[in-house]
Amino acid sequence: MSEESMVAVAEIGAAQDDFELLHAKSPVFYPVYERKSQLKQQTHYCPGCGHGIVHKLVAEAIEDLSLQDRTILVSPVGCAVFAYYYFDVGNVQVAHGRAPAAATGLARACPGRVVISYQGDGDLAAIGTAEIVHAANRGEKICVIFVNNAIYGMTGGQMAPTTLVGQKSTTSPWGRRPANEGYPIRMCELLATLEAPAYIERVALCDNKNIMKARRAIRKALEIQRDGGGFAFVEVLSPCPTIWGLDAVAARNWVAEKMVPAFPLNVFRDRKPGPLPGGGPEPRSVAEVLEIEARTADDSSKIQHASHSFQTLTVKVAGSGGQGALLLGQLLTEMGLREGLEVSWLPSYGPEMRSGSAHCHVCLSKERIGSPLISHPDVLIAMNEISLRKFSPQVAPHGLILYNHEQLPEHFAPPEARIVCIPASEIADKLGSTKAANMVLLGALLEETGCLGADTALRVLDEKVKKIELRNTNREALEAGRQFVDKEVWTGAETQPDGFAG
Amino acid sequence: MPATPTGKVLIHAEECKGCGLCVDSCPPKCLFLAPELSAYGVHPALYTGRDCTGCGICFYCCPEPGAIVVYRRAAAARAAADRRQGGSHATAL
Repeated sequence: MSEESMVAVAEIGAAQDDFELLHAKSPVFYPVYERKSQLKQQTHYCPGCGHGIVHKLVAEAIEDLSLQDRTILVSPVGCAVFAYYYFDVGNVQVAHGRAPAAATGLARACPGRVVISYQGDGDLAAIGTAEIVHAANRGEKICVIFVNNAIYGMTGGQMAPTTLVGQKSTTSPWGRRPANEGYPIRMCELLATLEAPAYIERVALCDNKNIMKARRAIRKALEIQRDGGGFAFVEVLSPCPTIWGLDAVAARNWVAEKMVPAFPLNVFRDRKPGPLPGGGPEPRSVAEVLEIEARTADDSSKIQHASHSFQTLTVKVAGSGGQGALLLGQLLTEMGLREGLEVSWLPSYGPEMRSGSAHCHVCLSKERIGSPLISHPDVLIAMNEISLRKFSPQVAPHGLILYNHEQLPEHFAPPEARIVCIPASEIADKLGSTKAANMVLLGALLEETGCLGADTALRVLDEKVKKIELRNTNREALEAGRQFVDKEVWTGAETQPDGFAG
Repeated sequence: MPATPTGKVLIHAEECKGCGLCVDSCPPKCLFLAPELSAYGVHPALYTGRDCTGCGICFYCCPEPGAIVVYRRAAAARAAADRRQGGSHATAL
């Protein structure tokens, strides 16, 4: 409280204690906004902007319904992009127009949470039309607050899908003409043609009474989420004094005079919230869906912090589609993860499901990884000749190449690297399936570099390969790869304490 | 208009952007824009110190989350709180 306001309070009279607080800033807002070092008390909105009022109504509803700890707010792109600086709730800011899609994921992954998608008209009715229409059509359990000011505010006043006929903007300088730019889109009416939505209402911030109607509509939309959910959509006609070139009061009047006739205020849908017919999958945690054990704080001790001999190890696995190059990389990444390393896996493949070229980049590191893209891998696993010829020049000096064949092809100029030739496909074929060639190569890699623990490898292999009948083949293939390197390549060599062969 | 105001309004000058919506909306017209500029270069809203009914309209019209704080005399505030519990209507209207 500033000094002036303190004085103002004192001047009001002696009967201080007789007054009770009626309206004040909601605790759903942060006490100060950390957006910038200055102006920590103010929002970034222009004077008279409707966003501030909508923020207050949303915050008040969250507070009154005791939803603060359960709410996730999805901020859009547009003037409200910084909403997460103001609301002390769970916050996600997403790409332009994609808020309903992100909200869908949040609402489904976090049952029991109240998910609010807060969007403007450029965000929701233009670039995000597909997202909002399909989220509404699926009846997602989200609350959408659609702030419509008939213009693009943040970018400086371009024509929006909601710009009124005849309204001038920087991209409709002669006024919007239906023959050229079409008519303004009425999103409420459009969504009301769908069956799934539970609640659709349009309100306006044009005067005191309508602000109170907006307050009730927003509260109702949140109540629907609290009571089990349904798709709730509240469109708020909102003033934009800056872009409209009006002062705050005139802008508010403009909403009443120009916008309300074009966007009639109404309740377009109001049905009892509840699940749509047919039922859906039982809510399950992400860990359950992925069939992994949910990690708890105690589990950190279970991660093996094996003493790795490298600081960073980069591996490129390349082959043709169907050989399992990408899976090999994934398994390697998963193993690194289990041993407490920073990991990345970056796949690259053509549109073909089979026989196209496929490769992936794997990085295992004790430090944070800057980029998953690897220009000069320490290790290249070439599962076919094309990959060997294409990628071997990239291998780091004194790196390692594992080649899936018993000998190098003709007319091949080996780079400055150790090259180990392993007939992995033949070995795998003898074990029952050529598909296990990638496992033979993985075993060879682990044995050759000693980069990761043998126990971790077997555990990851068992967990990641779903088909029981393949598990033994894979284990045998992995072991065969190790044996091959041991016998055929490193005969006579001694393994050093760091895991590398001498 | 009662002799002693049933409400009072507190305006945080450092949060006010001087848009004037509260001044325009106030039914008893007890708010005004200060002739002086605030530290942010706007004319902030001020309370005349007279006639406030504590209706809360200025609070809902104001776009800033914390610029306006509204108080009401205890008895009136309790009645308003009861109404708020019972229905979805704001105390303001």
